[in-house]
Amino acid sequence: MDKERDMTQTEPDPQPVPAPEPRQRKRTFLLGAVLVLAATATFAIAALLVTIFQHQQESAQTWVKVVELDETTVDPSIWGQNFPSQYQAYLRTAEFTESAHSGVLVPHDVAGDPRSEVPSSKLEEDPRLVRMWDGYPFSVDYRHARGHAFMTIDQQFTLRNIEFKQPGTCLNCHASTTALMSELGNGDVQAGFEAMGTVPLKELIEQVEHPVACIDCHDPSTMALRISRPAFKAGIAELKASEGIENYDVNRDATRQEMRSYVCAQCHVEYYFAGENKVLTFPWDKGLDVDNIFDYYMEIGHVDWTHAGTGAKVLKAQHPEFELWSQGVHAANGVSCTDCHMGYVREGASKVSNHQVTTPMADVNATCGTCHSTGDGVLEARVTTIQDRFIESRDRALDALVALIDDLTAAQTDGTPEASLELARTYQNKASFYIDIVYSENSYGFHAPDYTQRILSQALDAARKGQLALQGATAAELEPSEVTRNNLEQSLRAGGGHTGG
Amino acid sequence: MAAPQPERRGWSPAFVLLTAATFAVGLMVGLGLFTFVYAKGASYLSTDPQACINCHVMNEQYDGWINGVHADVATCSDCHMPHDNVVHKYWVKGENGFMHALKFTTGWYPENIVARPVSLAITNEACLYCHAELTNDIRHPGTPDDGEVFDCVRCHSGVGHG
Repeated sequence: MDKERDMTQTEPDPQPVPAPEPRQRKRTFLLGAVLVLAATATFAIAALLVTIFQHQQESAQTWVKVVELDETTVDPSIWGQNFPSQYQAYLRTAEFTESAHSGVLVPHDVAGDPRSEVPSSKLEEDPRLVRMWDGYPFSVDYRHARGHAFMTIDQQFTLRNIEFKQPGTCLNCHASTTALMSELGNGDVQAGFEAMGTVPLKELIEQVEHPVACIDCHDPSTMALRISRPAFKAGIAELKASEGIENYDVNRDATRQEMRSYVCAQCHVEYYFAGENKVLTFPWDKGLDVDNIFDYYMEIGHVDWTHAGTGAKVLKAQHPEFELWSQGVHAANGVSCTDCHMGYVREGASKVSNHQVTTPMADVNATCGTCHSTGDGVLEARVTTIQDRFIESRDRALDALVALIDDLTAAQTDGTPEASLELARTYQNKASFYIDIVYSENSYGFHAPDYTQRILSQALDAARKGQLALQGATAAELEPSEVTRNNLEQSLRAGGGHTGG
Repeated sequence: MAAPQPERRGWSPAFVLLTAATFAVGLMVGLGLFTFVYAKGASYLSTDPQACINCHVMNEQYDGWINGVHADVATCSDCHMPHDNVVHKYWVKGENGFMHALKFTTGWYPENIVARPVSLAITNEACLYCHAELTNDIRHPGTPDDGEVFDCVRCHSGVGHG
């Protein structure tokens, strides 16, 4: 219609003028714009529709069985076909998560060692450790920890293995060993487990292929958490027996929430190698408190090494994360290892636990934030405070121990009576073990802040008494005061978690 | 003069463009409607708490609510939407819905979801919609000039979600 009117209006003019063209061009442009806009909007709606569809699929299916898994399936990549999300996260344990006390990765170039970088040395960071462990392989090589992916190779090429003879027992926690134990025992896992210490680590490590894998914590037929390590089964049964629970079978009796800590406690614990066959054993017969553990060692007379400077028979502690956690407020409230170290991760409409096991500080919202809604860095500041205070006390205690070691070393030749030397050596052992148990624990005091401070006060006390012993004080003179003893007894009766000393 | 006109009207570029644009708009509306229905769009206009867990992100909040003390007396929108007038309510509903859809689609949100201050303020007001009289005595400011807003959910953070 418009065009016709335009035509009639322009008729009197002998020459056609371009009067209608601007309007027509405008309309063409408008129509073009509508077309482009509609196309863009349709594109966006279609994309939205696809994501909605995907999210609905995610919520409908949790997993798809692609391959059959059984007790012989050690390779985690096969499990990964059924559980790709968990497997992808598991692979990321190869990534180094830097945090306040993680150390750093440093270049590494040693002939015969395939590693191009390793975590920085704790011995270089704190040379007091060399004095503490003088005469023990740990004084030669001790580095910051890193992800599960490196547990086998780092153990294979540490100077503690290269320069010393280590038993195959170490592999219990430096590789996936379910198949290995079965193989060594000709089908009898317990026998295979007990035989591990009879083979040198250098040999046995050639027989394993993977670091800790799915099968070490999961039942391949049901995916339920399960304990695969005989040492933990025995240790937890002894612990439960000390609490009056007989015949405890962890795979039968533990709750799911307990299992979410117990699977980790198969390795992140204090241990020793018992007997000639060097069988991995957990010192839990009397309880998990460091006093219980120290008493246990005193009772069975276990010694890890003789200190090169002082001649003291000393215990070495190692990564007792489970024991320290058990004494803290999170354990008391039923918060498991996995709640903080394997927090849930949303993948669209589904949720999986994060199998990149690492420090909770890597994502405070996803870990602490599940229970603590305090934002604005309050939780991070709290962790910093706890860890800084830990380091302050730890440093004082370690200084005191080094001072005792200095004095005791000098006293070897200055005519100090043997009885005084011997007494001082027992105090060295105690101070050393108590410091070690919190130093080799990887939370920098966080897992049980007040308990850790108590341990360090005990270590300081032991170092002080060791120095007094060298000056002639007798064991009787160094006993705690009556008030202290009474308060300890009272605390014990009230179940305050302290067992003495 | 008269003959070419119908021809031009039928297949002129403008006519082709008009047809295409109309078709495109129709396609957009059709696909939009389908998406709206497929995504249960209508459910978001209701006050049914089921709509709030369509995407499962708020499953825990829903579980907490259904097992909590408010399950029999208040729905999600009773505490999370304003009560002053219907325009404000639907404005907040639309704004919340847009933000939720944006974040869920892009994945740009923390593992443990956190309410924005503006949302907390609405909830705080909603507490008073029912509990104003009960809490009248304890909400007195220290001085008449004290403008401090009493934040119910600062202490009663678990009251809505059990």
